[in-house]
Amino acid sequence: MTDTLHPVSPPVAEWRPGLRESYLFDRNVIAEIQRAAREGIYDIRGFGAKRKLPHFDDLLFLGASVSRYPLEGYRERCDTNVTLGTRFASKPLELKIPVTIAGMSFGALSAPAKEALGRAATEVGTSTTTGDGGMTPEERGHSELLVYQLLPSRYGMNPDDLRKADAIEVVIGQGAKPGGGGMLLGHKISDRVAAMRDLPKGIDQRSACRHPDWTGPDDLEIKIGELREITDWEKPIFVKVGATRTYYDVQLAVKAGADVIVVDGMQGGTAATQDVFIEHVGIPTLCAIPLAVQALQELGLHREVQLIVSGGIRSGADVAKALALGADAVAIGTAALVAMGDNSPEYEEAYRKIGSSAGFYDDWQAGRDPVGISTQDDELASLFDPVLGGRKVANYLRVLTLEAQTLARACGKSHVHNLEPEDLVALTIEASLMARVPLAGMQLPLLDELADRVAARVNR
Amino acid sequence: MVADAALATEVVDLAVTPLRELNQRLHEVARSGAGPSRWRVVNPRGAHAVACGLDAELEVEIDGHVGYYCAGMNQHATVRVRGNAGTGLAENMMSGSVVVDGSASQSAGATAHGGLLVVHGDAAARCGISMKGVDIVVRGSVGHLSAFMAQTGCLVVCGDAGEALGDSIYEARLYVRGDVAGLGADCLEKEMRDEHLAQVRELLARAGIDDVEAGDFRRFGSARQLYTFKVDNAAAY
Repeated sequence: MTDTLHPVSPPVAEWRPGLRESYLFDRNVIAEIQRAAREGIYDIRGFGAKRKLPHFDDLLFLGASVSRYPLEGYRERCDTNVTLGTRFASKPLELKIPVTIAGMSFGALSAPAKEALGRAATEVGTSTTTGDGGMTPEERGHSELLVYQLLPSRYGMNPDDLRKADAIEVVIGQGAKPGGGGMLLGHKISDRVAAMRDLPKGIDQRSACRHPDWTGPDDLEIKIGELREITDWEKPIFVKVGATRTYYDVQLAVKAGADVIVVDGMQGGTAATQDVFIEHVGIPTLCAIPLAVQALQELGLHREVQLIVSGGIRSGADVAKALALGADAVAIGTAALVAMGDNSPEYEEAYRKIGSSAGFYDDWQAGRDPVGISTQDDELASLFDPVLGGRKVANYLRVLTLEAQTLARACGKSHVHNLEPEDLVALTIEASLMARVPLAGMQLPLLDELADRVAARVNR
Repeated sequence: MVADAALATEVVDLAVTPLRELNQRLHEVARSGAGPSRWRVVNPRGAHAVACGLDAELEVEIDGHVGYYCAGMNQHATVRVRGNAGTGLAENMMSGSVVVDGSASQSAGATAHGGLLVVHGDAAARCGISMKGVDIVVRGSVGHLSAFMAQTGCLVVCGDAGEALGDSIYEARLYVRGDVAGLGADCLEKEMRDEHLAQVRELLARAGIDDVEAGDFRRFGSARQLYTFKVDNAAAY
């Protein structure tokens, strides 16, 4: 958001007796209406959805007790490895942890930031992913396992890089903007970014919302066939969708021949998207997972076609809950940037200079990131240390894994994949219905519980 | 598979040889640097992804119609289709050349970065969509939304162009000899100067078309009004 949209610096209005703020027209709403009136253009920003949504926080694990045996923390093994691409690829991707790094472009992120992600992923034995704009040598060099995205724009798409990749991800959509293309604003188009994308420097670059050479699931099947032919059936092929009609999308992507499905919930981040898109299109990650799992189970392919879930993963608890609902792995984007320093209070003074504040900064589209992550300005990018940033992200990935293991052991599981919906209850009616797990205190998922109670009453 | 010794050409019959085997053998030539350089593929029967992902200076002649993505992502090779081609012909080609004697379905040359694509018949909708440096010469006409978001390279159309030619075009050059049903957003006609005449002549010559005059073509390109997102342009979006 622009500085004029969110004047986070003083004066901040204080409540006094007699003052009542409208719920409908709160200060954010008033500020946005007045910004729109001033500027005559919608707000473009980075980050993901900021509204409150039903999420993993609304779920709890039922730890082991009399009816279940827990595993000893720090002693008994709780494995975390995951293999992606076992369906058709001759060289599946072997990850040591069930957390991967989501696709983020060189262009949206600086070269040192991409390098840090590669270093971190390699250090802990997981994969990272390219983004719109192609693969950089630094990224390939620092990422032992790299997933190469095939996006509608095909910026930087190159068969040499395709062959160098460890997996290919056909991107149909992302959670922040299902059905939308991308926009890299002109001030982030450096000479290098422009050359990689075959476009003039300094102009706004549209990333198309539709693939240029296929339409619909039947074509997608043929497209995937071509990618397999080009790479001699070695590489796992992922299909990534933004969470919307997830049940149908997953079934169609599987039918089209995907090895791995990536479902990105509406909380998933973006480098530059209209705020109205981020906040109002798509469905929450929490309800997308059961839809995807149902689609895979009905096809008899749950676990044979792996499911990666992203969109709002912050902690090992989120990881464990996503896995318990049926995901094989999760992907992180925003959290990885935060781990490497984005929105750190350490940079408060610099954030204030550009009209933002630590904890609020979402102008990733603007290229003025004082931390040097979401920028193409050489001077700003040079402030970011990829070795230190990589170490921080690696530490964070380890913590996510340790936390997920802790919860899995508490539920008596010797592998994080053994977590199951039966281990979960929901705190809210919404979460119970979306995640299809019982409301805390009930025995069955909410609708089943209610149906049972109605039946009991009728039979009484 | 039999060797055609007289022509020193490797002949592959797709009626009996799996497509995967054909493509892997063609890739193996690039990997090993050894093997036949001239190939003839018979009985393609509309197969998809024939001769895709090539990365060597091979000559591949395909005797019949092909399906989607023929010669996709081609590098260095020369692929000739003695028939028609389906969707996404030579998509994302990097170099080399692809020639189709018949017509091509939609998205011919999509996102191609380099090389030369020649279609001696017509090309359907979205010919040259998001082209990134390829040169495309179409002897006949092209369908609607051709050169949509075209970035660089040249599209030469000896016949007519359908609706919304060059919609949201960047720096690609479009040359059309016949009628243009309509121009897309931010595309306009530009003056044909000597350099453009020379460019058309050169491309026609490379395509082996010698009965068409460069002087008959008109040039189209970007008005560059939509390069920066401005609210003043809202009506165009």
